[in-house]
Amino acid sequence: MHTIKHHKADSLYPTFERKAPGAEVSHYCPGCGHGTVHNLIAEAIDDLGIQDRTIFCSPVGCSVFAYYYFDVGNIQCAHGRAPAVASAMRRVHDDAIIISYQGDGDLAGIGMSQIVHAANRGENLTIFFINNAIYGMTGGQMAPTTIVGQKTVTTPGGRHAANEGFPIGVAEIIASLHAPVFVERVSLANATKVMKARMAIRKALRNQVEKKGFSFVEILSPCPVNWKMTPVEARRWLENSLEPVFPVGNLRDLAKGPFDPLDRKKPARVSERRIFEILGVNEEEPHSGTVRLKEEQNVKIAGFGGQGVLSAGVLLANCAIAEGLNTTWLPSYGAEMRGGTANAGINISHETIGSPIVTNPNALIVMNLPSLDAFEDTVRPGGAIYVNSSLAKRPIRRADITPYYVPASDMAVDLGAIQCAGVILLTVYALVSGAITIETLQKVIPLSIKRKNLLDLNLRAIEAGIAWHRENCR
Amino acid sequence: MGQHLMKGNEALVHGALLGGATHYFGYPITPASEIAHAAAELFPRCGRHFLQAECEVSSINMLYGAAAAGARVMTGSSGPGLSLMAEGLSYLSGAELPSLVVDVQRAGPGLGYIWPEQADYNFIVHGAGHGSHNGIVLAPNSAQEMCDCAYQAFELAERYRATVFILADAYIGQVMEPVELPHHLLVNPHKEWALYGDAASRGNLHTSIYLKLEELEGHNRHLQEKYRRMEEEIVDYEEVATEDAEYLFVAYGITSRICHSALRELRGRGVRVGMLRPKTLFPFPSRRLAALAGQVKLMVAAELSAGQMVRDVRLAVDGKVEVELYNWMGGRIPTTDEIVERLAKTAAGRKA
Repeated sequence: MHTIKHHKADSLYPTFERKAPGAEVSHYCPGCGHGTVHNLIAEAIDDLGIQDRTIFCSPVGCSVFAYYYFDVGNIQCAHGRAPAVASAMRRVHDDAIIISYQGDGDLAGIGMSQIVHAANRGENLTIFFINNAIYGMTGGQMAPTTIVGQKTVTTPGGRHAANEGFPIGVAEIIASLHAPVFVERVSLANATKVMKARMAIRKALRNQVEKKGFSFVEILSPCPVNWKMTPVEARRWLENSLEPVFPVGNLRDLAKGPFDPLDRKKPARVSERRIFEILGVNEEEPHSGTVRLKEEQNVKIAGFGGQGVLSAGVLLANCAIAEGLNTTWLPSYGAEMRGGTANAGINISHETIGSPIVTNPNALIVMNLPSLDAFEDTVRPGGAIYVNSSLAKRPIRRADITPYYVPASDMAVDLGAIQCAGVILLTVYALVSGAITIETLQKVIPLSIKRKNLLDLNLRAIEAGIAWHRENCR
Repeated sequence: MGQHLMKGNEALVHGALLGGATHYFGYPITPASEIAHAAAELFPRCGRHFLQAECEVSSINMLYGAAAAGARVMTGSSGPGLSLMAEGLSYLSGAELPSLVVDVQRAGPGLGYIWPEQADYNFIVHGAGHGSHNGIVLAPNSAQEMCDCAYQAFELAERYRATVFILADAYIGQVMEPVELPHHLLVNPHKEWALYGDAASRGNLHTSIYLKLEELEGHNRHLQEKYRRMEEEIVDYEEVATEDAEYLFVAYGITSRICHSALRELRGRGVRVGMLRPKTLFPFPSRRLAALAGQVKLMVAAELSAGQMVRDVRLAVDGKVEVELYNWMGGRIPTTDEIVERLAKTAAGRKA
């Protein structure tokens, strides 16, 4: 059933330079479980024929130098972050076999967020989690999986649940999620259990080859040096003390995951022409370029949120572009915001525009009373103010600016759509200032309003604005 | 040619896609969220990948993984997110993996607020994260430049195998302006150092750990040499009316736009003021500033922070000319008039 190999797997290097030039032993301590697991993984890689396709993520910890052993593509990851690194690589190469090999500090401590979210996304990845209930490389400190009462250099009196909490069962956490297809906890306590670990490791890798989804194997592994035991004692303690806290066995084994892990809604290939279309690279905007501004326009449009203040500003800026003018649009933002009003500042100029911020407009369009109260004093002497007199029912206080009282909301209601008030005021502004032409306004408005009935209403709003201007401004 | 009215943040995504971006990973944050919104919409439609990460720690490590796998990868965030990315940014530099990281700066410290500031300067320009490392830092001041910077970012990042930062601010991200899009689609090239999960790339390794002191020292020297090369090759800045300038504004981002308006007003009043606007903050245009130090009477570093860029200006001019700091914090933005009056007063005082 199983072929027993008596030689080193091809996907392990013949010698380990990390230890010494030409060395054939690893840097791991006597009795450590890493060497066993490395061998099991390498054999599986060989047998599945995936050596060339494999990318191995080394963690931070004793196995940081896994790349000195595995003759595959290699990347060393920041502590705990390998599942995020691997998730991204998965989205670059559908067919790569990506293995993340992590210890208990890496995966269950600093990287708990990354592992849970990668598992939850059901990434087509294989994770090997080496749980030895202690921090090995840094000298035997408490791990999230250290058991209650276990002595470490940072729990010299033994882990005390009331202070450090209970050991975390990561396999159970992973198995509580919907997406993973395979979750198993195995042990290296004796030869029989190692053979079970071997099976689980193979399964977890084969699942990835078959693109089934997220596979997770937690491996209870001895650390004799930091447990301060002989290798034989360590295996006994593993079996008698660790296994009761972390029961071995399969927690999930699905023939098929809840979704295809490679279903990314990614079109096979999008042509350059189509990309240009999507991004609008070759789109031509209407362009007339007939306007000569009497002066640079610094416009502020203000009103309640929902009155279409920001979009009226965008419409004005789009018209300015169509006139071949420079323009900027900046919404009310931060310190510019006051009086509970939304507002946008629009500059229109023949020159390159410096500051996009409109502090002192020469044209102020106010849709409501709070906006009139807030901004009347900011208008530059000689400027104009366009008042929605349906809602801002007071005359302006200043004598050095020209007011236009347009009952825009009432006019818009008569047309059947109160949201057209902004376009009526914008039309009057266009006719008074000459900054944009009515032809341009009519040409540009269909580009921003796609719904036919709304477009008709807006075109009628422009007509209403023209009529008001004809009756009141000549 | 067609000009599109776009927010700076949206223009940036258009530029990145035309610049060959293949992957976007990010976590939303105001005032950078439009970047994630536009990327979520446009990346998949263009056959590219978008994934909302669980946090910025994951975003930056996704950049690490995708870059190692040969992708053209980017993220967008703001100060609090960048702070979380510090670890990953250091690893990216250590392993020399190219990517694009956008910081649309907001006001800090802590949660601060969403108003604009330029107080991430020290953090981003002088090597975000531990160790001696830097990225290329581009400083756009318009929606058009948001597009252009993102468009060229990947070629720059790959040329130097370094992180390219776009250091914008809340206003440059939010402002809508006409943008002309590039008409040539850049394509992600095959990289011989990347991991493709195939026989040819099997021997490739990405790591930042060096066990021998001499090797880590050598690696550090190699990185520093690369940064020096950047200064020779890609330092970029814009000069406005510097030929006869007696006073010089030094400003970037939104502050440079306001200074530009102030400059016109001051020139109208007969004050000979010019501006040097760094378009790259790393490398910094120190040499040009040193040359101008012999010409002008006073430099004014204008920025939205307690005074971060000003130190690089002072370092560049090395005491040859006085450098005054005009600064605002906490989201406060100067008006054009405020800057005009302040410099006009200084100029009048010096004449008297």
